[in-house]
Amino acid sequence: MTKIKVENVTKIFGKHINSALKLVEQKKNKTEILKQTGATIGVNDASFSVNEGEIFVIMGLSGSGKSTLVRLLNHLIEPTSGSIYIDGENISKMNKQQLRTIRREKMSMVFQNFGLFPQRTVLANTEYGLEVRGIPKEERTKKAEQALENAGLLPYKDQFPSQLSGGMQQRVGLARALANDPDILLMDEAFSALDPLIRKDMQDELLDLQQKVRKTIIFITHDLNEALRIGDRIALMKDGKIIQIGTGEEILTNPANDYVKTFLEDVDRSKVLTVENAMIRPISVNVEMDGPKVALKRMRDEEVSVLLAVDKRREFKGYITADDALEASKRGEKDVNGILKADMPVVPPDMLIQDVLGVISESPTPLAVVNENKLVGVLIRGVVIQSLASNTEEVTRDE
Amino acid sequence: MSKILDRIPSLPVADSVESVMDWLTGNLSSLFSFIQSGGKNAMNLITDMLVAIPPVVFILVIALIAFIATKKKLGLAIFSIVGLLFIYNQGLWEQLMNTITLVIFSSIIAIIIGIPVGILMSKSAVAENVIKPILDFMQTMPGFVYLIPAVAFFGIGVVPGVFASVIFALPPTVRFTNLGIRQVPKELVEAADSYGSTGWQKLFKVELPLAKSTIMAGINQTVLLSLSMVVIASMIGAPGLGREVLSALQRAQVGNGFVAGLSLVIFAIIVDRLTQSFNKKK
Repeated sequence: MTKIKVENVTKIFGKHINSALKLVEQKKNKTEILKQTGATIGVNDASFSVNEGEIFVIMGLSGSGKSTLVRLLNHLIEPTSGSIYIDGENISKMNKQQLRTIRREKMSMVFQNFGLFPQRTVLANTEYGLEVRGIPKEERTKKAEQALENAGLLPYKDQFPSQLSGGMQQRVGLARALANDPDILLMDEAFSALDPLIRKDMQDELLDLQQKVRKTIIFITHDLNEALRIGDRIALMKDGKIIQIGTGEEILTNPANDYVKTFLEDVDRSKVLTVENAMIRPISVNVEMDGPKVALKRMRDEEVSVLLAVDKRREFKGYITADDALEASKRGEKDVNGILKADMPVVPPDMLIQDVLGVISESPTPLAVVNENKLVGVLIRGVVIQSLASNTEEVTRDE
Repeated sequence: MSKILDRIPSLPVADSVESVMDWLTGNLSSLFSFIQSGGKNAMNLITDMLVAIPPVVFILVIALIAFIATKKKLGLAIFSIVGLLFIYNQGLWEQLMNTITLVIFSSIIAIIIGIPVGILMSKSAVAENVIKPILDFMQTMPGFVYLIPAVAFFGIGVVPGVFASVIFALPPTVRFTNLGIRQVPKELVEAADSYGSTGWQKLFKVELPLAKSTIMAGINQTVLLSLSMVVIASMIGAPGLGREVLSALQRAQVGNGFVAGLSLVIFAIIVDRLTQSFNKKK
């Protein structure tokens, strides 16, 4: 179900907005418009929709308009043109009162520098959203304490934000947002001010949380690794324009243009590529039909020293080596069951390469990629390393 | 060249101002005399009350406040005791009480007017553009000039003194309130907005608390400026330490002038340190 729908939204800052808007309609880019009119394009004709319960990441470098875009969603900044629908309602047409109700009940925001009020305690900060809604003191304290409890921060409720570490402050920021129980969370570079280890913890926490509460989350970041890690879908922005929307894998494997490609070069690929991306076609032997001679011939033809063994239904059974096959052939055995070995590690296709690296470096054999008992591929050390180093198109994908 | 310039008739600015003043005094005289008598009574009451407090009690209370406000340091407390005893010793106690009344009244009025004007200024670019030059005007115009309309409206005495002091002392509170609110970090204003605060909620729950110390710095300035008007206000009959300074000036009595001046300085230091320490408290 569509939760948020953004249609042709443009935001122009500065003077000569009308003439700049005409140039936007003529598909002129940010630099041209700035040169001709002096107006700055914040967001240039953006359209997308976000599904309920989805983590939608908007990413781009600084100045790409991503922070402006998220502020358009709750009308902290008013769009110059275009419409924004929340649950099918056009918020651009709402009056102040209606807009306040939406902000109070439907969406909460988490800020890059936490946005905590320094003169309020952690508890009073967490209560803020409930307080402005006019919820009685007792009830809002209860809700805020619950939110802090969930974040593991209840013992700190009487402290002031300045007494907490950055990571804890942002947990308070998140607790404040969740205390409101909104449908939508807007997170503007929420983890960017944190150091890398804390940032990773926070990402994990967010993902855990999302498992439990299923909010619609709009997450702004400039960090592609973060985007790929937490985003169900990612929108890439440049100069106010959305240049590609897709899942992390779609963007990685099929970058829309050179800009996206350059962007991707920074990515630590092991964190996003899965086994599926790096596995190659298995060369197999059918234990129910093939004997040692067939196996040996196939090894010679394919120039390999190991064959993976499957049955008729392609269920994974183990592997045989060239040496064993030669011995068996000399002994005159008719099938390969006698020389079948089972000590090959098995991995599922959706496992991250990052998590496989340890297994693969210790295993003497390649890894079998098995999905629902069926052999789907094989993971060979050389290919894995190559895929981590290579450009996206060169990743071997044999199905 | 100069002949051409001389041919331009002199603009009747002074006459126009005077006719406006005449109109005001003519048409609003009942309002002015109401304020005059009401204000005078209220201030006399306060002064009488202050005078009625035994000086020893008064000095000890001030010293105690100083002691607490400076977080239990003795410096300001001791200075207050010694300074106030000196003023009493020189026979200026009642004049000091008159001065205190004048400063309290003009500061409170200046704060009551100044903070809302400052808030208005911070919220509206138009208001800021209109009010800023008026404040500049108010601050650069010599303080003496305010005495003229003050006398025209309220006659002589303490009320016109307060009137002139308020005009002179108002700008810092307005400016600092405006500054304080505009200095609230943008992210916090956004946070307040994004949670659906109304304008008033944002003002009272976020902006004013965060601007508090800046506003207090403005109030401190306002109090000191109204104190500095004490001598000038005495020229139109406002009682207090200023009157002692003025009469010493008129009679060329260097010694008396020095004593009265020193008393003002002592009082100013106590007031300044006290208002500052209230600000530092949290």
